Amino acid sequence: MSQATGNPLLGFVHRRRRGAELFLLVLALAVGIGAYAAVGIGVEGTVPADLVGYGGWLAALVIVAHLVVRATATYADPVLLPVVAALNGLGLAVIHRLDLTEDTGFAAQQLIWMTIGVGLFVATLLFLRDHRILTRFTYTSGLGAIVLLLLPMLPLIGNEVRGARIWIRLGPLGFQPGEVAKVLLVVAFAGYLVLHRDALALAGRRLLFVDLPRGRDLGPILGMWLISLGILVFQRDLGSSLLFFGLFLFMLYVATERAGWLVVGGGLFLGGALVAWQLFSHVQTRVNVWLDPFSYYGPGTNDTAFQPVEATFGMAWGGLLGRGFGGGDPGRVPFAESDFIMAAIGEELGLTGMMAVLLLYGLIVERALRAALISRDGFGKLLAAGLGGVFALQVFVVIGGVTGLIPLTGLTTPFLSYGGSSLVANWVIIALLLRVSDLARRPVPELATVEEAGGDDDTQVIRVAR
Amino acid sequence: MSELTLLLIRIAYLAVLWIFVLSAISVIRSDMFGARVPETARSPEPRGRESKPKKPAKRRGAPTHVLVTEGSNAGERAELAEAPILIGRGSDAAIRLDDDYVSTRHARIAAAGDQWFVEDLGSTNGTYIGTVRITQPTTITLGTQVRIGKTILELRK
Repeated sequence: MSQATGNPLLGFVHRRRRGAELFLLVLALAVGIGAYAAVGIGVEGTVPADLVGYGGWLAALVIVAHLVVRATATYADPVLLPVVAALNGLGLAVIHRLDLTEDTGFAAQQLIWMTIGVGLFVATLLFLRDHRILTRFTYTSGLGAIVLLLLPMLPLIGNEVRGARIWIRLGPLGFQPGEVAKVLLVVAFAGYLVLHRDALALAGRRLLFVDLPRGRDLGPILGMWLISLGILVFQRDLGSSLLFFGLFLFMLYVATERAGWLVVGGGLFLGGALVAWQLFSHVQTRVNVWLDPFSYYGPGTNDTAFQPVEATFGMAWGGLLGRGFGGGDPGRVPFAESDFIMAAIGEELGLTGMMAVLLLYGLIVERALRAALISRDGFGKLLAAGLGGVFALQVFVVIGGVTGLIPLTGLTTPFLSYGGSSLVANWVIIALLLRVSDLARRPVPELATVEEAGGDDDTQVIRVAR
Repeated sequence: MSELTLLLIRIAYLAVLWIFVLSAISVIRSDMFGARVPETARSPEPRGRESKPKKPAKRRGAPTHVLVTEGSNAGERAELAEAPILIGRGSDAAIRLDDDYVSTRHARIAAAGDQWFVEDLGSTNGTYIGTVRITQPTTITLGTQVRIGKTILELRK
């Protein structure tokens, strides 16, 4: 019992912090609705007429989400929901701003998708009272992920958009099943690894720097992963392949605590990248555009670098404080509302705004890893770490691509980009993270203690080497 | 709309954005260590009542008994319906272990809600889950190996 009093952290319990969440949500609404108003003033010269209706709808969504968290996840992390609400609100405003110059209607659709996303968020929290139930669906969700990834290959509902066959189309509704598959794969990996982590880490042969696990331990998960990766490469969706590859390595590393996996993974990545570069012409184009964008831009060239170069011009023009909403010309960049939304933000809100957005992403990842650290069960740890990892990787790949740090790959910017599937999947990710953090922060239930018993003197003491 | 107004709106919006970021960080900062629980609140007064802990609802896949899987008493079991289950060398223990490294009242398995917890009762050699010596009541699920002395126990269906 002396140990219990020796640990200074044991005297602490996490507070519910729902009030702090509400306070942050009000600020988040100010970020979202303020951006919408600023867009109206900047582009059209007046406060938009539908500001009250729009703001009311956004506020209603956020308040419903907050009330459900209050009711079903009392101890959940207070920062996640407001940060997500702010990012989503900002994204809506930027999409609306691009709509005004390009005469499209993406913002209204995105608002509908956000409503669906919040609905799924609420449903996840209501029906999933304990994330450990998901361990029962380890193989089901693995299979589900593969089926979802295969859907776009089907002849009738599959749909090829800009060279990547990753869409399904049911009537007017387009959907990218890969985004949902991402969440399912994290659940499958976490459920599998939590059972087999010891076998993976300890049994097996040592080869060079890394302990290779036995085939029967690694086999099922390796199969699941190779199939999904193969499908993605076949569909020429390189961004998602990179994401799934990184996710697998990250979770293996977290589960086994063997840094050798990162070395092996890095090597495999380099090998795979080289092979992809040899095989696919569009990979070569991407790399060339990344290395030397200006020789693929302007008259006399085929303009393959038009998009990244225009984005670079936009961000450079934005400078430190940005041009202000309506002051820039982000419409010059093709697909500014989806892949290149960060370029639009960099142009109109400047480095200051971009850093704020990056920090918000950092906060989401930090809270996910924090939930993983304090979670009391292995599955929760792996689930939260995996979701945080996949989120961080996606943000890095897409923003790194837009800013020219790494070659460009098509992925959506979570919560900001126009794109229903991504938005809905990310809201579910946040609901899962809230559920894990709720169980992790909930105080340990008080178990009535047995009165101290004497007569332990004859117990022999084990000498522990550590 | 004049240039000045637009500039002010621009600065004001960036300020709102950063105020949000900084308040989120300050919430995290104040949340870092949680709240200290006063000692009076920690020692629960309903101890005198001796209210029997609520039995976890029977569900498919819920554990039903504790089984000794390794050690000199391998095969011995105790039904979870009789929780809390005391483990030790003492004669009042529900699972009595003939293991020199086990204390008289060594550890306890109890339910809270629909979860099962193992709690060390201040034993000499400690209770381990995996390689980690537990210092507070810790959740165990089906198949979690709890090591006590040279004995290993787990929850079974």
